[in-house]
Amino acid sequence: MSFFKTIAVGAAAAAFSVSLAGASFAADISGAGSSFIYPVFAKWGEAYKKATGIGLNYQSIGSGGGIKQVTAKTVTFGASDKPLDDKYLADHGMIQFPMIQGGIVMMYNVKGVKPGQMVLDGKVVEQIYMGNITKWNDPAIAKLNPGLKLPNEPIVVVHRSDGSGTTFNFTNYLSKISKEWADKIGSDTAVEWPLGLGAKGSEGVANTVKQTAGAIGYNEYAYVIQNKLGYSKMVNKDGKVVAPSLETFASAAANADWAGAKNFHVIITDQPGAKSWPIAASTWVIIHKDPQDPAAAAAALKFFAWAYKNGHPEAKALDYVAIPDNVVGLIEKSWSAVQHNGKPVYAAMN
Amino acid sequence: MTMMTDTALNGSRARAEAISRRMRQQDRLFFWLTWGSATGVVLVLLGVLVSLLWDSLPAFRHFGIAFIWTERWSPAKDIFGALAPIYGTLVTSAIAMVIGVPVSFGIAIFLTEICPKRLRRPIGTAIELLAGIPSIIYGLWGFFVLAPVMQQVVQPFLINTFGDLPGIGILFSGAPYGIGLLTAGLVLAIMILPFITSVSRDVFNTVPVMLRESAYGMGMTTWEVVRYIIIPYTRLGLVGGIMVGLGRALGETMAVTFVIGNSHHIRASLLSPATTISAAIANEFAEATSPLYTSSLIALGLILFFITFSVLALAKWLIGRTESF
Repeated sequence: MSFFKTIAVGAAAAAFSVSLAGASFAADISGAGSSFIYPVFAKWGEAYKKATGIGLNYQSIGSGGGIKQVTAKTVTFGASDKPLDDKYLADHGMIQFPMIQGGIVMMYNVKGVKPGQMVLDGKVVEQIYMGNITKWNDPAIAKLNPGLKLPNEPIVVVHRSDGSGTTFNFTNYLSKISKEWADKIGSDTAVEWPLGLGAKGSEGVANTVKQTAGAIGYNEYAYVIQNKLGYSKMVNKDGKVVAPSLETFASAAANADWAGAKNFHVIITDQPGAKSWPIAASTWVIIHKDPQDPAAAAAALKFFAWAYKNGHPEAKALDYVAIPDNVVGLIEKSWSAVQHNGKPVYAAMN
Repeated sequence: MTMMTDTALNGSRARAEAISRRMRQQDRLFFWLTWGSATGVVLVLLGVLVSLLWDSLPAFRHFGIAFIWTERWSPAKDIFGALAPIYGTLVTSAIAMVIGVPVSFGIAIFLTEICPKRLRRPIGTAIELLAGIPSIIYGLWGFFVLAPVMQQVVQPFLINTFGDLPGIGILFSGAPYGIGLLTAGLVLAIMILPFITSVSRDVFNTVPVMLRESAYGMGMTTWEVVRYIIIPYTRLGLVGGIMVGLGRALGETMAVTFVIGNSHHIRASLLSPATTISAAIANEFAEATSPLYTSSLIALGLILFFITFSVLALAKWLIGRTESF
C-alpha cells in the first residue's frame, strides 16, 4: 500500500515539476503536414530543444492535412511537398519557402532481388502504375536488368491513400514521362489510381510493401532505409543509371532556380544532369503573413533560421539535401512579409 | 397534556409535510433529469442528421442524386461518386454475414443445447470477450497476421482452384493482394460473432422448457429439436440478432481501413482491393483540401447513416415482434 502511495506521490510531483519546467520556457512551436520532411524535423526538433529549451510539436499528417490545418490557423506553420499556387497564397495571406530537398525512391519486395539490385526507368514505372505491366518477369523490366533473375509473380502496386506531397511529386514525374499519364491521371496530392492498394502515410506504404510479396511502392528515401526495404536504381533524363544517394539528390536539386521563381514555386522532378536522381522533391513551409500569435510565428521563424544554419549534419545523416546558403538569404528576406502591426515579427526578434 | 400532544402532533405533521415536499421536489428533479437525458439524445441524433444533411448539400447540389451511383472518385479533378464505397461496404458486410451468421448460430446452439453446464460459462465469456477487443487490434492482426497468410496461402489456393471455373471464377480472379474485400469480410466476420452469438443465445433461452422437453420426450434428436422447435420459435429474434451484427459490420471503420486496400474501384473479384464508406472517410477526411471533397465525404457519411439506421430500425422491429409472443 505505502509502496503504491510513494509511487503515486512521486508521479504527481514529477508531473508538477514537468509542468513547471514547461511553463518557464516559451510554448512549443506547432506545425503539421508533410511526412516527407518528418524524419529530419524530428531530429532538428530534438537538437533545437537541447539548444534553446523550445520544443517542436510537428504532426506528420500528410501535406494535404498540413495545408488544411495552417489555412485554418490551428497550427503555426504547415509543411507541404506540393507548393501552393500564387492565388491560394494570396487569398489566404500566406507565404511559402523551401525547407529541405530529398529523393523519392521506388521500393520493392521481390523474392531474390536485393536492395539496389533492380534498375527501373520512368516508362516502366508508369506502365506498372497504369496496370499494363503486371508481372515481375515482364520483358520491359528484364531488358533493364540483364542477368537479374526475376520471378514470374504478379506485381502488387502500392500507393498512398491519403493526400500526400510524395504522391504529388511522383505523379508529377510520371506526367513528365508519359503524356497518357498526364492526360488520364494528372498530378496531385491524391489522384485516381488505375489500380493498386492504398496505404495511409509514408509509414503505411513502407509497411504494406514490407508485408506484401511482389509489392512495389514509392516513398521518401529515409523510410526505405529505416525499413531495410528493397529499392531500385533509376534511369534518369540523361539516360544514365543512378542510385539513390545524397549526391544524386543534390545534383537534381542544384538545377532549381529559386531566385527566378515567384513564391519559390520550383518542382525538381526529371531534372537534367548525368548524376541527377529523377524523382527529387522539396518540402515547403507555409506560414501566415499576419499571424494570429506573432510571438509563435517569430519563434517558428527563429527555429527555421536555426535549422538552415545548424541543421546540415542531421539532414545529411538522413540523406536530405539542405537548402543552399544563397537561397537561405532570399528566404529570410521573404520573411519580412510576416508582420504584426506593420512590423516584421522576425526582424523584431533580432 | 393535550397541548403538548397537539404540538407534538403538529410538529410531526409539519415534518411529514416537509419530507413529502422534499420527496415531491426530488421526484420533479428526477423527472426533468431523465426527461432531459432522453430528449437530449434525440436532439443529438437530430443535430447529427441536420449537420450531415447541411454539409453534404454542396456535394448533392454539384453532382445531383447521381452522386450515389457514380463510381468515379478523383480528388485531383474534383469529381466524386459514392458507388465504390457503397459497393465495398455492402460486399464486405455480406461476406461477414455469410461466414459469421452460421458460425454464431452454431456457437449459440452448442451453448444452449449441447454444451455441458460446466463449460457454458467459460465458453460464453470467451465469446463475449471478443466483443471487448478494440477494433484497431483486429485491424493490426488482420494486417500483420491474416493478410500475409491470405496472400501466400489462401488466395493462391482460391485462384488456382476456382479461378478458371465459369461463373464463380470471376469472384476469385486477379492477383493475390493479401488485403481486399475477402480479408476485410473475414475480419468483420470475427468481429460480429459475439454480437450475433449473444443475441441468438438469449432468444434460444426464451424457448419454454416444456416445449423443448416434450420434443425430446417424443424422441426427437438434438438436430430435429433445433430445426423444428427452436429455430421456428425464435426465427424473428434471430433475424434481429443478424441485423445487430450487420449494423456493426456496416459501420466498422478502423479494422476495415487496415485490410481493405483503399481503392475506389468496383471489381468483380473478391480478392481485389476496394474501399468502404467509413474507411474512405477515415482515410481522406483530414486531407480533403477542396470544399467539394469534404462535402462529398460528409455525403458518404449521410448515406452510411441511412443504411445503418434502416438496418437497426428493422432489427428493433423484428426483435419487438418476437418479444410480443
